[in-house]
Amino acid sequence: MHADLHPQADTVTTINRSVGGLLRIIPASLWPTELLRVRRPQRMVERSAMVYRRSWMVLLSGFVEPFVYLMSVRIGFAALIGDLNFDGQVIGYAEFVAPALMAAAAMNGAIFDSTANVYYKLVHARLYDSVLATPMGVADVALGEISWAMLRGALYSTAFVVVMWALGLTSSLWIVLAVPICVLIGFAFASLGMAVTTFLRSWSDFDYIPAVQVPLLLFSATFFPVSQYGSWAWAVQISPLYHGVVLVRMAAFNQWSWSAIGHIAVLLGIAMIGLGITSRRLRALLLK
Amino acid sequence: MADAPSSIPVVSAHNLVKRFGEFTAVDGIDVEVRPGEAFGFLGPNGAGKSSTMRMIGCVSPVTSGELRIFGMDPATHGRQIRSRIGVVPQTDQLDMELSVEENLIIYGRYFDLPRRLCRERAAELLEFVQLSDRATSKVEPLSGGMKRRVTIARALINDPELLLLDEPTTGLDPQARHVLWDRLYRLKQRGVTLVLTTHYMDEAEQLCDRLVVMDQGRIAAEGSPRELIQRHSTREVLELRYVPGQNELQAERLQGLGDRVEVLPDRVLVYADDGEAALREVHNRDAMPESSLVRRSSLEDVFLALTGRTLND
Ligand SMILES: Nc1ncnc2c1ncn2[C@@H]1O[C@H](COP(=O)(O)OP(=O)(O)O)[C@@H](O)[C@H]1O
Ligand SMILES: [Mg+2]
Repeated sequence: MHADLHPQADTVTTINRSVGGLLRIIPASLWPTELLRVRRPQRMVERSAMVYRRSWMVLLSGFVEPFVYLMSVRIGFAALIGDLNFDGQVIGYAEFVAPALMAAAAMNGAIFDSTANVYYKLVHARLYDSVLATPMGVADVALGEISWAMLRGALYSTAFVVVMWALGLTSSLWIVLAVPICVLIGFAFASLGMAVTTFLRSWSDFDYIPAVQVPLLLFSATFFPVSQYGSWAWAVQISPLYHGVVLVRMAAFNQWSWSAIGHIAVLLGIAMIGLGITSRRLRALLLK
Repeated sequence: MADAPSSIPVVSAHNLVKRFGEFTAVDGIDVEVRPGEAFGFLGPNGAGKSSTMRMIGCVSPVTSGELRIFGMDPATHGRQIRSRIGVVPQTDQLDMELSVEENLIIYGRYFDLPRRLCRERAAELLEFVQLSDRATSKVEPLSGGMKRRVTIARALINDPELLLLDEPTTGLDPQARHVLWDRLYRLKQRGVTLVLTTHYMDEAEQLCDRLVVMDQGRIAAEGSPRELIQRHSTREVLELRYVPGQNELQAERLQGLGDRVEVLPDRVLVYADDGEAALREVHNRDAMPESSLVRRSSLEDVFLALTGRTLND
């Protein structure tokens, strides 16, 4: 009776409640508190290793990519574009671009592993439903799948370094540090990619992913120094890939600065937020 | 008085509720499953059986009420509970990227069992479900019955004290069902507590020591198959088939016959302790059917008596 007399009052409370709920949920959901419940993420890695044991050719094909990338730079770009001035050093264009391509490849690989691959397992194979019926938890699934992407990234980054060295695109021994840096880039993008994947409604939503990926590739000081962006240089900072590119260049040219800590923090922060969101979303999707 | 461990119910639920938004799927049920027992949820599609099983399996939070598994609360001890149960979900969720054997091994690894033990148990369990010859096969080409058996073998990899089976034989042919029933019966003999859902009354009668009849999220009755039949139905049932369209008309003439007369779309059921006597009375009343059959009451009749509907409509 009462409710019938004041229908709008009811609506207002509902709206108030949902707005309040949103305010509470959004900031909290960015905190990766689920990570405190990580126990055995390595089991997901073990599963992937089992899957790829039979299709190791797929893994090997990943090595071709860095080779093709770097050869094209070595032969193509470098001949067309002359040397440039980078942080007071005069370097060849190929040497300049190669570290950025390495960072970009780490990003692409991580995004691939954490989007289409994960979506198939989440929605079609319903893999995670059966995993969550065991003592494994959502954070184990999230961190486990992301770790696999990082491991694959480590493999390809190592190949990249070897090829760069072989083609004479770097002379710094510090380039070996580019491998862990690329793993960190992979961590950030796999976490972000998996988080995004949990929101996708169908395969056609995947068309939006390159729409983000390609601008990131082009606007992360990849193909020209950040100085070329003029008054837009600050905007480059928004790109997570930029922070990775800067770090890999530091390793390639052995030119370190304290700002490295900031770049590492940005990538780690993205990874943590992505992991937190992924875990929460998996809980909402699968444990309802 | 302190309870001996064996007397703690495996599952106990009090006023258990599951809501999805406004919709109430499980509407305040009470159940208690004792160790070593085979307990069933019998009910039609949409009764809330899977929702209940998912709460027991600690993969679906309880909306309200109390649920304890091995005396523990799923909200706080989900991981510990899940480590002691095996789950056969309504749809097989086998790992399509792995072989039959690898499916079992990696599942054991999710339970943190040593790799060697996983391999040993996988071999034993494939033997148990009679699939040793398919160990290295991929999952995809297996028949429905075989996939179901792989799923059961996988659910046993952690040597669970409680096995949850959500419609274990739905969609299988009679032969495959009998193979499965036989395996489940052996598990029960080994002391594994079974909790299963089904909408087949023969399955419930075959496998369950005790069951609840579930309908629209509520429990309509509880007991052993025999008790339920005694309590809610007559000893025998007389089934009468008339020319299509004649059921209602003929049923008029059967008024007062036996305990109760039910008119279904395809037949008329007369509930009577003596079916033959009832049939003679049908003849006396000049309500001659096309065909007739006297049979013992089943859980199907219990369900009909309790809800006014058949199980599989
Ligand atoms: N995740 C869900 N969201 C909304 N409704 C659901 C969900 N799962 C089940 N239901 C509803 O709850 C009711 C009971 O479903 P279920 O427990 O699967 O029944 P049963 O297993 O007995 O067929 C059904 O009406 C179903 O549509
Ligand atoms: Mg169901």
